[in-house]
Amino acid sequence: MGIEICVEGLTKSFGHQVIWQDVSLTLPAGEVSVMLGPSGTGKSVFLKTLVGLLKPERGSVKVAGRDITRLREHDLYEVRKLFGVLFQDGALFGSMNLYDNIAFPLREHTRKSESEIKRIVLEKMDMVGLIGAEGKLPGEISGGMRKRAGLARALVLNPEIILFDEPDSGLDPVRVAYLNQLIVDLNAQIDATFLIVTHDIASARQVPDNIGLLFRRELVMFGPRAKLLASDEPVVRQFLNGRMQGPIGMAEEKDAAQVEQELAQIDEGGSADALTPRLLPSPGITRPPRWEAIARREAELHGTGVTGT
Amino acid sequence: MRLSPTGALRHSGNLFAMALDVVRTLPRRPFQAREFIQQAWFVASVTILPTALVSIPFGAVIALQIGSLTRQLGAQSFSGAASVLAVLREASPIVTALLIAGAGGTAICADLGARKIRDEIDAMQVLGIDPIHRLVVPRVLASMVVAVLLNGLVSVVGVAGGYFFNVVLQHGTPGAYLASFTTLAQLSDLWAAEIKALVFGAIAAIVASYKGLTAQGGPKGVGDAVNQSVVITFMLLFVTNFVMTAVYFQVVPQRG
Repeated sequence: MGIEICVEGLTKSFGHQVIWQDVSLTLPAGEVSVMLGPSGTGKSVFLKTLVGLLKPERGSVKVAGRDITRLREHDLYEVRKLFGVLFQDGALFGSMNLYDNIAFPLREHTRKSESEIKRIVLEKMDMVGLIGAEGKLPGEISGGMRKRAGLARALVLNPEIILFDEPDSGLDPVRVAYLNQLIVDLNAQIDATFLIVTHDIASARQVPDNIGLLFRRELVMFGPRAKLLASDEPVVRQFLNGRMQGPIGMAEEKDAAQVEQELAQIDEGGSADALTPRLLPSPGITRPPRWEAIARREAELHGTGVTGT
Repeated sequence: MRLSPTGALRHSGNLFAMALDVVRTLPRRPFQAREFIQQAWFVASVTILPTALVSIPFGAVIALQIGSLTRQLGAQSFSGAASVLAVLREASPIVTALLIAGAGGTAICADLGARKIRDEIDAMQVLGIDPIHRLVVPRVLASMVVAVLLNGLVSVVGVAGGYFFNVVLQHGTPGAYLASFTTLAQLSDLWAAEIKALVFGAIAAIVASYKGLTAQGGPKGVGDAVNQSVVITFMLLFVTNFVMTAVYFQVVPQRG
């Protein structure tokens, strides 16, 4: 059914360098959220903190009523079974083939028979479109396949929460589109809570229910997709539109005067962005009530043409 | 990596913390038998040949040194006794340690380091599996077992090499060499050497695992980790060797 993650006052630093501070947000159960941010703002660090791989200096991460940041090592391993994580390069075990990789969590944590493991593994491989590649080693396949295999492995224990670390990095636009569709389909099928960490704006506009933006060591904004896409906040607007004009500079930040000037230029242009249509589950997939409602809303917003896509 | 005054202390602390974790995780079931056998086979396969090849000249050097020394002192009949003692007590644990650290430890460190930077270790933790239990404990045990066995190999090959050089090349008398075999050395020397090898194997594997699991900064980080693991292991091994030898002389009464 999905589990809510409640993050409060989270602060993380390495030595004297503060990565981000006072991050508070709630990832609603069963919804898709995206965490955006320019490169080097600690998005991956945020994701690793959520699963307890890194310990924050302050704050709490509550999952199913338990605070991840204060759990003992042993309990942490128990709570982690609720999570599925897709790492940047899939993080497959290089010495095992894809089948063994995906079967690994089942063999470690369950007493299932080999035939039952086979059924589950093949089902998940089918879900991510990897049937036929069971015997391949991770070194022999493309980056896109590695990501999908990593996703299949993350799915195999039926997690309540799935975290994606830059699912689109290093993939071509077509593969990114397929992967986004896969994420939406999965959400409609398994109802887990999704968090996607990325800097790909196109995905962020199409896929999620909620968007958050990390910048300048803090969470600038977190909220429903429509609110962020329509936001007047300069950082949010700059990032979601991929513009050079705005507070985010090449190296770090720009000085205030320059930002003012640039923002004035944009306002003269007066560009009103239309709300990007949302990506909906593929036609073959049975939509749960939540997605039915989303589809109806999208149809009202954009006319009838988009529901099928 | 930035230098800080407490950095070395922190790393030593973490290293010992991990050693304790390994001890604590040791009895946890299920025991990773498959991984243990694979690792033992792997460590053995990378160390057996170099160990044998190193211990022949090592035995020979000792035989040459002792041969000329005993001739000068007029104590040729003791050359067998002295070279057995030297090989058994010092040479074989040290050769074993060097090879286990140099060939086995580096391989373990590089393997775990590569897994670390590919996020495999993180992925494992997220899948609810403790890498200490799953990866480190089998490696430590494997390296300990292989070290003990290698120590036996080095002793045999070293003594045989010493015999060959003393008898064949320096024209010593085979009978005198064999007869004096047990005048100085005793069985407890062998046990002490095996215990040393056991401890050296554990140290090499723990340091290698620690360095591998804390590798960071991409492929270069793995290279650095391997380098540091060899240096740290060697330093620890020689200090441990000294302490263990000193304790041994206090505890076990010597012959002669």
